[in-house]
Parts: sequence; C-alpha cells; structure tokens
Amino acid sequence: MEPVLDIRNLNVDYGLGDKAVHAVRDVSLTLHRGEVLGLAGESGSGKSTLAYGLTRLLAPPGVITGGEVIYHPPDDEPYDVLGLSDRALRQFRWAETAIVFQGAMNSLNPVHKVSTQLTDVLKAHEPRMSDHARKARAREMLKLVGISPDRMDAYPHQLSGGMRQRVMIGMALILRPRVVIMDEPTTALDVVMQRQILGQLIELRERLGFSVIFITHDLSLLVEFSNRIAIMYGGRIVEEAPAATIYRDALHPYSKGLLSSFPALRGARRELAGIPGSPPDLAGMPAGCSFHPRCPRAFEPCAGEIPVLGRPDTPDGAGRSVACWLSHPHPGAR
Amino acid sequence: MKYFLQRMGFYLFTAWAAITLNFFIPRLVPGDPVQSLIAKYQGQLSTKSIASLYVLFGLDKHQSLWTQYVDYWKQIFHGDLGLSFTFFPAPVSQVIGQALPWTVLLVGITTIISFTLGTGLGVLAGWRRGSWADGLLPVTTFFSSVPYFWLGILAIYLLAGPDSFFPSSGGFDSELVPAWDQYFIPSAIQHSLLPALTILISSVSGWILSMRNMMVTVSSEDYITVAHAKGLPERRVALSYAARNALLPSVSGFALALGFIVGGTLLVEIVFSYPGLGFTLLQAVGAKDYPLMQGIFLIITIAVLVANLLADVAYLLLDPRTRKEG
Repeated sequence: MEPVLDIRNLNVDYGLGDKAVHAVRDVSLTLHRGEVLGLAGESGSGKSTLAYGLTRLLAPPGVITGGEVIYHPPDDEPYDVLGLSDRALRQFRWAETAIVFQGAMNSLNPVHKVSTQLTDVLKAHEPRMSDHARKARAREMLKLVGISPDRMDAYPHQLSGGMRQRVMIGMALILRPRVVIMDEPTTALDVVMQRQILGQLIELRERLGFSVIFITHDLSLLVEFSNRIAIMYGGRIVEEAPAATIYRDALHPYSKGLLSSFPALRGARRELAGIPGSPPDLAGMPAGCSFHPRCPRAFEPCAGEIPVLGRPDTPDGAGRSVACWLSHPHPGAR
Repeated sequence: MKYFLQRMGFYLFTAWAAITLNFFIPRLVPGDPVQSLIAKYQGQLSTKSIASLYVLFGLDKHQSLWTQYVDYWKQIFHGDLGLSFTFFPAPVSQVIGQALPWTVLLVGITTIISFTLGTGLGVLAGWRRGSWADGLLPVTTFFSSVPYFWLGILAIYLLAGPDSFFPSSGGFDSELVPAWDQYFIPSAIQHSLLPALTILISSVSGWILSMRNMMVTVSSEDYITVAHAKGLPERRVALSYAARNALLPSVSGFALALGFIVGGTLLVEIVFSYPGLGFTLLQAVGAKDYPLMQGIFLIITIAVLVANLLADVAYLLLDPRTRKEG
C-alpha cells in the first residue's frame, strides 16, 4: 500500500527545558492511501497533541522537539512538513491535510455567514477562481454533506450542532485534501447523529478517496469505522494493528482494558471492566513502561525498561506491533 | 425590526423620565433662581420686573405644577430652554449653541482618534503577544491612572507659556473673531492641541487594554485554530476572525463614550478654560444658573440616549446573533 503520511519519531513537548512535559514521545505511524487510521486513548494520552503537532498547529507552549512528518504528494517527491516555510505551510494546510476539530459548536466563526467561511478557503488557496465558481463549489460541498444549499446565507448560530459539524466536514473536503484528520469529531453530538455523520464520512471517503486519521477515546466507534487502530498511552503508541485484530485479540493489557470498558452488541456476554487508576501525569511519568502501575499483568522488567514498539512474538504477528514485555522476549532474560 | 421598535420605545420612555426629572429637581431645591437674581442685582429690581422674571423663568406661583409641566414640554418642543442668568438675558439655547460645537469638535475628534488608535494598538498587542507591543501596556496604564486634569496642569506647566507655541487657555486667540477663515481656524486648532493631547493620553490605554484582552480571549477560540488550519493568510485570521469578534465589546463602549462627549471632559475644559459645554456647566453651577444647568443636563441626557441607540444599532449590524430571525 502506498503511504500518504509518514510520521517518524515525532516528539512534542509543552514548555521548554527541565519543566517541559513530554506529551508525544517517539511516535511513528504511517497513514496509507484511502485508509481510516484510528487513534484511541484516554484523555491526556497525547492523541490530539499528535494531530496538532503533525499539522504544526500547536498553540504555545507546545513545541515539536524532534521527528519528521513526511508527506507523499501524488506525483512529486516526498517532503517533510515540519521543514516547510510559513508560506509553503499555509499552502499545504487544508489543501493536503484538512482537520475537523473537537468543538463542533465553536469551530465556525460566529460573525460570518457559512458561505463566507467556505469560500475564504478557496480565496486563499485558489486565488484565480472566480467568485461565482467559489460559490458554486461551496454549494456543492453543502449538498455533499447533506445540507440544503439555501443554508449558504445562514449564520452558525442558526444551525444545529449536527449541521455545524457537517458544514465543517464539507469545509474540510472543499479543496479535495488527501488526508483528513478528525479530532473527536462527534463528541459533542448525540449517538444517532454520530453514526449518521461518520457513516456519511466513510461513504464520502470511498467516493473521493482520501485517507482519514480518526482520533477518539471511543474505541467502539473505531472498531466499526476504521481499518487500522493505533492505541496511545502516556504519549506513546502502545499497540497498532488492523481493527478486527485489535477487537478479537488485543495484546497490550491497556488495549484489552479499553476494549472491555464498553459492551459488545453481539456474542457472549462479558463482564464490563474499567481500567483501575487514572491516566499518568505527563509531568511525572513512571519509569519503564508507563502503564505498569495500572497493569494487572505487570512483572519484573516492566518497571525497569521501556518496551519498544515492535512485531510481537506470536505466530500471527505480521502486520501488527505492540509495546509490551509480555509479547517480546525481555533482553535481560535472553 | 420588532426588537428595534422595542428599543425605540424604551429610549422614548427613558427620555421622558429624564426630562421629567429635569423639570422637578430644580423645583424641589429650596430657594429659586429669581431670588439669586435679586441678590445679584442688589435691590435694583422693581417689584414689577421681579414679577415678570418669575413669569419668564416659568416660576410664577399662580400656575399649578401641572400647568407648568405642560408648558415646560411645549417650550422644549419649541427649542426654548428659558433664559440663562449668568449670561442674562441670553436664552439658554443660545448659550448652549455657542459652547456645544467646541466640545463636540474637541472631545468628539479626540474620542474617535483615541478609539481608533487604541483599538488598533490593542489588536496588535493582543495578536503579537509577548512582542514589543506588550511593552505599551504598562506605559499607557501609567498615564491612564494619572488623573487627566492633573495631566492637563502638568502639560500647561511644562509646555505652555508666554513664548510657547501652545497657548495655555481659551479656545482661540482673543484678538480674533470666530469665523470660518484662515486666521481663526488655525488658531482654534492650535488652542485645542494640548487639551486634545491630554484627553488622548489618558483615554487611549483603556481602549488598548480592553481590545488586547479580548484579542487574547478570542485567540484561543476554536474557530481561530480552524482559520489557521485552513491556511488563511495571517492578516485575514487576525482581522476578520480574531479582531472582528474581539471588537464587539469595544463597540458598545465606544458608542457610550460618544454619548459622554457632549458632557465634555469637564475638568480638562476647566483646566484649559476651554469654551465648551463642561466649562459652561461649571459657570452655571457657580452662579446657581438653574435654567442653564437644566438645559445642559437635557442635552447630555439626549446625547447619552442617542449614543445608546447607536450602540444597539451597531450591535445589530456587527453581531448576527443579536438579530432575530425573520
């Protein structure tokens, strides 16, 4: 499969110097063409920071302290997004990677009409497009996400939460980007609206062929809508595998914990269990595997050494990776 | 539209209440203007002229309070605010008419400059947080915490003087006759520079501070991040997204400030002996000139109400959320 976005050893800190908090550590991920890559984890696991980091949208004091984000354009040489000049970065944004943000309610500027906010992207990225063509494209996008084009002249406060998020999705697709990052796009919406919007998005993806990075804390949504899932804990990716594999047979105890925290619709009844304890304080990370204080299966190497994300030591280990001493031979034991 | 009519109704009611109060308060104060006029002329007035003075001031005791009240309204609609007795026998409307342009031009222009300048600097300071623009804040805050009349006195002490370019008092050169000609206008501008500077320095920091803080608040809104993510030019994000939203609270403040223009910056006018409404009010208070005070209060009231109305209209235009659907 052809890669679109290659994240290599990305590190993001909040603050500088000794007091810096490492929110994202050594994250490497590859997004392939046309796939939906799910990113799951508790609050504070660094998943949103990762999304903001790879588009360089981190608000101060967030700083990228290392790594590369390689973008592969369709018929050009790959380049590092983190090395782009301000000007090139502005052109890269939205045209190649668009984002749908968490706050469905506040993502639209309250004082401008929907049409203005749809067309100003076009004005910035395709200055030679005529006014008429811009309007037509904006109308087309609204139709695409199931909003009547006569809402063009509406102000954000005149739309419901679901409609606003659809406008945002339409806006994200207006430049035909190859990557769409969805940062908890449906958290503010009710369950029915969530499925409707996500279903629509998956359908659009099949039609338009973009890739999606889908960030959420709701693993059940990911199992349903994504091809591959990466699970983050304490700023690191602890497990990455195809969605079905994670669902059937998660290897990392944290992934198992997440999976058993929501009920299955089909199959045998199982006990719902949470994960004891609370997410780690990023400023004072435990030594070794950061999950070990909460891990029911922690054993002696866990507190000492950080497990490296790699292919697990099982027969069906191809195409997946995990960072847990249970699945890797411990170097000390060898 | 319905909202607008409601507001109009509210303002008409407020205007009625204010004018009514304006009518009653002097009548509830012990003593009356004719008594002080008699004192002023030290017994040179005959009984007849005293009686006619009472009629002139609308204070003849044979009329009931209600008839006086109705007459008062009739007079207001005719633009007749009675006679001033500081400037006796000039009518109040004439005295106000002479003072008003001075105040409106001086304070009006300075307020507009102060708002524009302050808001512009505030946008800059809020958008480029932590840059040199933030250094403006302590300096301007220092100047705004200094009482502005004291700033005026200081300005006169340091800058004005017999040989200085800046005159220390008055609205124009006393040798000139007010006219729209090439001698009078430069002289008027020259006289207004120091008071204008004093008002500007003491008021600009308020605008800077409120705009900067709103910019900082608005900058952390989701739609600003979205605007950045959309790859919009920085200018557009700063102005059309951040400043456009941050401006809303300042606009109502500005409209209210416009209302207080007419009241004048009383103390500045006094310090500079500027022939505006504030200075006239001081003279009226000193002479217990009730008709003039009443007239000035009336003008101030109306100005504040009109400014409030303007603020409402501006809000309707600038913030779509205040518009009712349909």
